[in-house]
Amino acid sequence: MRIGIVQFPGSNCDYDCLHVIRAVLQVQADLIWHEETQVTGYDALVLPGGFSYGDYLRSGSIARFSPVMRAVTEFADDGGLVLGICNGFQILTEAGLLPGALLRNSALEFRCGWVHLRVESVKSPFMATYETGQVVRMPIAHGDGSYVADPAVLNRMRDNGQIILRYCDAEGDVSAAANPNGSIENIAGICNENGNVFALMPHPERCAEPELGSVDGLGVWQAMVLALTSVPLRV
Amino acid sequence: MTKARIYVTYKSTVLDPQGNAIQTALHHLGFADVESVRMGKYLEVELHTDDTSRAQEEVEAMCQQLLANPVIESYRFDLETVQ
Repeated sequence: MRIGIVQFPGSNCDYDCLHVIRAVLQVQADLIWHEETQVTGYDALVLPGGFSYGDYLRSGSIARFSPVMRAVTEFADDGGLVLGICNGFQILTEAGLLPGALLRNSALEFRCGWVHLRVESVKSPFMATYETGQVVRMPIAHGDGSYVADPAVLNRMRDNGQIILRYCDAEGDVSAAANPNGSIENIAGICNENGNVFALMPHPERCAEPELGSVDGLGVWQAMVLALTSVPLRV
Repeated sequence: MTKARIYVTYKSTVLDPQGNAIQTALHHLGFADVESVRMGKYLEVELHTDDTSRAQEEVEAMCQQLLANPVIESYRFDLETVQ
């Protein structure tokens, strides 16, 4: 098993993801420079957080045209597991691999801190280690995290179980007060129709070891390994 | 040469917190008539052609593929032949 972490100019959580996969999961992983044109040999891909291309124009809009993204799109279309974190989420929406878009935080502040999240759906294989209704705690660090999508798109996503995580309080109440960035319906994480492409604004790589104050993010990584070891997803 | 002036703005259904913040600041400055502020982007693109219909097509494609995100933004542009 080998995981690829796509590295764009301005990615800054690439080594954190590499550390979690290698040191915590004991799984092989490499960084894939954005100029690569193929992702052959990888069983899952991670688009890490950061500020690719300085967030110029719109967050993720330039990275979306990096040479590697054509291969990432083909990989995703073939059913390959793709995880987007923070800037990776922004890139995946810009690339059209996930619906909607991420706008400037409603409070116009960069938000950095711990949030609570309620698991709304475990449709994605990345969520196989969680249960619907579970409340988890993960850190966020972003300026452009306000998720938005057309009402029709949102309805379809809701019906299809594609809304995976919502910001909530410690008791699991999804309220405006618990919304750090103005995301519509407190949305923090979503997946595509098939579930193989999953992205979230919080950082599961920053809460995958007890030393970091929470291991609530570890399940995302373990679920990825579980999916790759149990059922071969790729045709 | 053809110069394109491109305006990218949020769709009316999309909240614009930056525009709202500017509106509040304008009110604080005493511009009580300000009803709303929407912030957008302005780009100038120079093309190596005098063929306006060709430029029209190209700028349209640029807007659709990169300069605007159709999920949240709309765009308009005008073209001018320059020396």
